[in-house]
Amino acid sequence: MQRMSVELPPIANPETHPGASGAPECDGRLAELSGVHKRYGSTVALDGLDLHVSRGELLAVLGPNGAGKTTTISLLLGLQKPDTGTAMLFGRSPQALESRREIGVMMQEVALAPELRVREHIDLVASYYANPLTPQAAMELTHTCALADRPYGKLSGGQKRQAQFTIAICGRPKLLFLDEPTVGLDVQAREMMWSTVRRLVNDGAAVVLTTHYLEEAEALADRVAVLAKGRVIASGSVTEIRASVVRTRIRCCTSVAAEEVAEWPGVTDAGIDQNRLHITAINAEAVLRRLLAADPDLGELEVRRAGLAEVFTELTKDEA
Amino acid sequence: MDGSTRLLRTYLAEAKYESLRTLRMPAFGIPFLALPVSLYLLLAVLLFGDAIRGDPHGAVYMFTGFSVMGVMGPGMFGFGVLVALEREQGLLALKRALPMPPMAYLLAKMLMAMLFVAIVMATMMLAAPLLGHVTLSAIAFLKIAAITILGALPFCAIGLFIGTRTSGKAAPAVTNLLYLAMIYLSGFLIPLPKGVQWIALASPAFYLDQLALSAAGAPSHGTTVMHVIVLAGVTLLLTSIAVRRLARVG
Repeated sequence: MQRMSVELPPIANPETHPGASGAPECDGRLAELSGVHKRYGSTVALDGLDLHVSRGELLAVLGPNGAGKTTTISLLLGLQKPDTGTAMLFGRSPQALESRREIGVMMQEVALAPELRVREHIDLVASYYANPLTPQAAMELTHTCALADRPYGKLSGGQKRQAQFTIAICGRPKLLFLDEPTVGLDVQAREMMWSTVRRLVNDGAAVVLTTHYLEEAEALADRVAVLAKGRVIASGSVTEIRASVVRTRIRCCTSVAAEEVAEWPGVTDAGIDQNRLHITAINAEAVLRRLLAADPDLGELEVRRAGLAEVFTELTKDEA
Repeated sequence: MDGSTRLLRTYLAEAKYESLRTLRMPAFGIPFLALPVSLYLLLAVLLFGDAIRGDPHGAVYMFTGFSVMGVMGPGMFGFGVLVALEREQGLLALKRALPMPPMAYLLAKMLMAMLFVAIVMATMMLAAPLLGHVTLSAIAFLKIAAITILGALPFCAIGLFIGTRTSGKAAPAVTNLLYLAMIYLSGFLIPLPKGVQWIALASPAFYLDQLALSAAGAPSHGTTVMHVIVLAGVTLLLTSIAVRRLARVG
């Protein structure tokens, strides 16, 4: 892994910055789906979906399998057309070449030519753009210079994801689509990718991120859209989404039986795990007061708000 | 960089890397580069060399026949198998999502097939006068080279049609079946029984062989215009059907 050694050019494309190009945007919205319906035979994939992403924003699209995430991204990328409703990319059809010159794409299920070296792949994709980074600058930005001359087919799974990420950013996109970008990456490589993503967003680019790693969404996203059954069932900042499901997790060592606690008002779930009582509560303060009163010898108490993962489970449990 | 310069750069990069990757695939490159000339040397030189020595037209038939065989492979397999695999593995979807001009992908593969055919024809045109008793003028050889290199296009179209309609697993079998059937049914290597010779009219390889024979001054069937119309028609029809399908479903 090679560290950045030279000063890098800005990632955001100066030629395509707002005001500098003819790319129309509506209220800073770079991509938008409005009232989109999409069916595959008798299966409803999207059921009146509304979604947008604005400049300088990282939108995480979350949802259980089959929620419509892949279809949503396919429509925004112009790979499919909606049955009804509209899909717009930079104010135009996503299928217009001019729209796609502003985007970078990292897909989950893709096998690049194994015979080509990483530098060659970047050089090829960079040729599609008006003002791309050089392959060297792109690799320095993503710390992948060590992979430059290696055939893509000889890379490990994680290294392939790093190479794909470099390819995705080499055109200095205004809008970057990242589909499960950190699958197979070790912690260091993941942190490096996150830092590059943050730099892109700071430079004014927007990112649409789909991920199963909710901590990734929690770490990066300005806004989260939770999809289920082809609709957006919750949308907002991570804090807003967490606040929409008021849950607190309590863990302690106590003699009070889980079955008894489960009956208390405000408790949604209680059980024993590793000799600890685990409680999920809506009204945590009242539950805690009652718990301490019932067992003065209670110890090893931990109280924390629900994370995005628990909120996600709660939001989608009836929809999946 | 203005729009047209950028477009040219994209087309050149796509063609360069498509050819480079295919040349780096020995399992793909070696059979198509070596097989036609190897079979030609085996049959036209080692096994039937004596018979051909006294039959100038027979020598030309062997030369054009194996040349057409060499033309068919890169286009049919380069498109048939590689497009099917690239569709299945998501590469085509990625390229459609990226700002790649839609025709760059197809033109790159067509140029790759024509490059392979040019290499095949270079070896054939070296072997034919030296070992295969073919006595043609340089002009005739150049005409045959031009015909066969352009003649790769209908086979690219056939391969593309297969590649857009079959899975990555099925594509090699389907392409092989059609490749071998077309070689046999065109009658340019093994003469067909008299009663079924008309069936060669259904094979584009037959028309290309007739064009090459005509350029060599050997007896051929039909007219040049008819052969060109059939080959151009196959190319345009199958390419346009396949391109529409690629744009719709990837």
